[in-house]
Amino acid sequence: MKKYILKRLLQFIPLLLGMTFISFMIIQMAPGDYFTQLSMNPEISPLTIESMRRDFGLDKPAVIQYLYWLKNLARLNLGQSFSYHVPVSFLIGQKLRNTLSLSIFSIFLTWAAAIPLGIFSAVKDGRWQDRTLSLLAYIGISIPSFLTAMLLVFFAARTGAFPVGGTISVFNISATGWEKFADYMKHLLLPGLALALSGIGSLFRLMKNNFLEALGSPYITTARAKGLGEARIYFRHALRNAVNPMITIFGYTLSSVLSGAALVEIVTNWPGMGRLILDAVLSQDLYLVMASLLIGGALLILGNLAADIMIAAADPRVRLR
Amino acid sequence: MKTFLLRLREANKISFFSLWLLIFLYAMAFLADFIAPYPYDLQNRDYALCPPTVPRMISGGRISRPFVYGIKIINPAFKQYAPDTLATHDIEFFRKGPERKILGLFRSSTYLFGAGSGKIFLFGTDLHGRDVFSRILHGARVSLSIGVIGVSISFVLGLLVGGISGYFGGRTDTILMRLVEIIMMFPFFYLMLALRAAFPPNLSSVQVYLLIVVILSLIGWASLARIIRGMVLSIKEEEYVLAARSLGLSSYRIITRHILPSTLSYTTTALTLSVPGYILGESALSLLGLGIQEPHASWGNMLSVTIGNLRILTGAPWMLIPGFFIFLTVISFNFLGDGIRKVADPRNW
Repeated sequence: MKKYILKRLLQFIPLLLGMTFISFMIIQMAPGDYFTQLSMNPEISPLTIESMRRDFGLDKPAVIQYLYWLKNLARLNLGQSFSYHVPVSFLIGQKLRNTLSLSIFSIFLTWAAAIPLGIFSAVKDGRWQDRTLSLLAYIGISIPSFLTAMLLVFFAARTGAFPVGGTISVFNISATGWEKFADYMKHLLLPGLALALSGIGSLFRLMKNNFLEALGSPYITTARAKGLGEARIYFRHALRNAVNPMITIFGYTLSSVLSGAALVEIVTNWPGMGRLILDAVLSQDLYLVMASLLIGGALLILGNLAADIMIAAADPRVRLR
Repeated sequence: MKTFLLRLREANKISFFSLWLLIFLYAMAFLADFIAPYPYDLQNRDYALCPPTVPRMISGGRISRPFVYGIKIINPAFKQYAPDTLATHDIEFFRKGPERKILGLFRSSTYLFGAGSGKIFLFGTDLHGRDVFSRILHGARVSLSIGVIGVSISFVLGLLVGGISGYFGGRTDTILMRLVEIIMMFPFFYLMLALRAAFPPNLSSVQVYLLIVVILSLIGWASLARIIRGMVLSIKEEEYVLAARSLGLSSYRIITRHILPSTLSYTTTALTLSVPGYILGESALSLLGLGIQEPHASWGNMLSVTIGNLRILTGAPWMLIPGFFIFLTVISFNFLGDGIRKVADPRNW
């Protein structure tokens, strides 16, 4: 098992290198750099800008710059942000926590809703309950997450049901422990719900199809012939086989959750990586963009790895290979 | 084609209906200049954030010709309006108005409809008093065409790369598939932003439009190429491909004429189902102010005023109508794709 994980991890390194290299080249393609904007400012002398450029190595060819960046990365130094004048890791650390809690919360909501609903719909296949749920799933898949977020913000602002924007309430700044956590969760509810609502649909359909397929298998007929109760058939026999393919999906959904989270964060004013990377891209804050992309890619890899491990744990056939 | 439509209707009523809805939406976009009662950039400064005008058919308890009430400005500072029940304006069809160019080709002064001397804002007006209905029609041109053009480009790329990769195998395959994996590893949104940032922010609308198409196709081809490759791997072992090869046909001809057509039923479905991704990508970019720029309209940039502006969002909810159109288009493409899958799958014949 350890060897398996290690092998998977090693396979990801060239991917990550390729990804960062491509992003570096893309950003270099952009006309000018952060300091071009600074040079518009008459208060900063051209000499200062030149020396700053040299400090950051921006006067060297792009490939050399990339190698410098890699060297620093090996020392766990992600570089300085040009516009905020603080280490990139400091900036990202703050936002990453919010983005991660948003993503995890919404993934939890999505799975907690989609799996039972999928099973229910498969059991009631073709009846009105199934038809209603399937139609709702279609609608959920087709509403863009930013629109769901806007509608929820609209609803929240009209009724005051949940707070809009930020992670804590102003009056609650002195709160401690549980109160603070509860306040954070309350703020998390709106973006989390918006993100989850657009993910439930597709997961629900997958689960339903898998469960239907499992229910049609010969071993279910055998189980029925043995006289097992329906509940035992569903949850012991069908569920295990139906959930297996879902675990593979898990790794891939992480990518779309991250992308969706960025947009939802911007729309609902949740201080996560979304706003940060948008601003960084707009102001050509090179190392900030690179680090965000790197973290995005790394999260994806971790997600895939987690999925692989879970499959190995759930399916003996994979483990033996 | 006819049998396809009949089969589609048989297989799935909703898909068939979606097809017609899409045709209707595309026709509206095509005829936007003629249907829209106002130009997309005409500002009615006195009528900013005016709520939708309701067309009425009943006057004094009796059915009459369709008409609208005039708009009374109650408080211009707080943008409060009320229907002026004393002033009625008949809705006129094929009326004359200021001359404008239709499809950029010929001049005409005939409008599909209008409200005489009054104003008719079917979906209300935006912050600058521009008619939301007219802007939605013009925005539809951008939003609807980007999906189709973007899909066609990444379709060609994906087919070619997938075909070559699967057919030749070996080192070509390894290199191409690593590239595909790298592209698929980026979180879509992050990659889109980075690519957009590689170009200057202040481009003309046409340039931005082309740029968005290129960016979205550059991201979109990867997943298609991967699936096509898998299919080609199994198809190339079929006897008819071996026959073609033993006849001495060129690799290019074998790939494009013998192998790729066999993937058609899958690719048509994938094609239809991936259009929404492009429409959403455009909306997202325009929503963030990186796409189509004012005063030009796209469904995405029309929504952007509602971000972080609760006063507009709660006071003028009709500003969310473009979002409803995005939803309508996306769900129609999804239904249609599902229908095509059912029809194209030989197991269902």
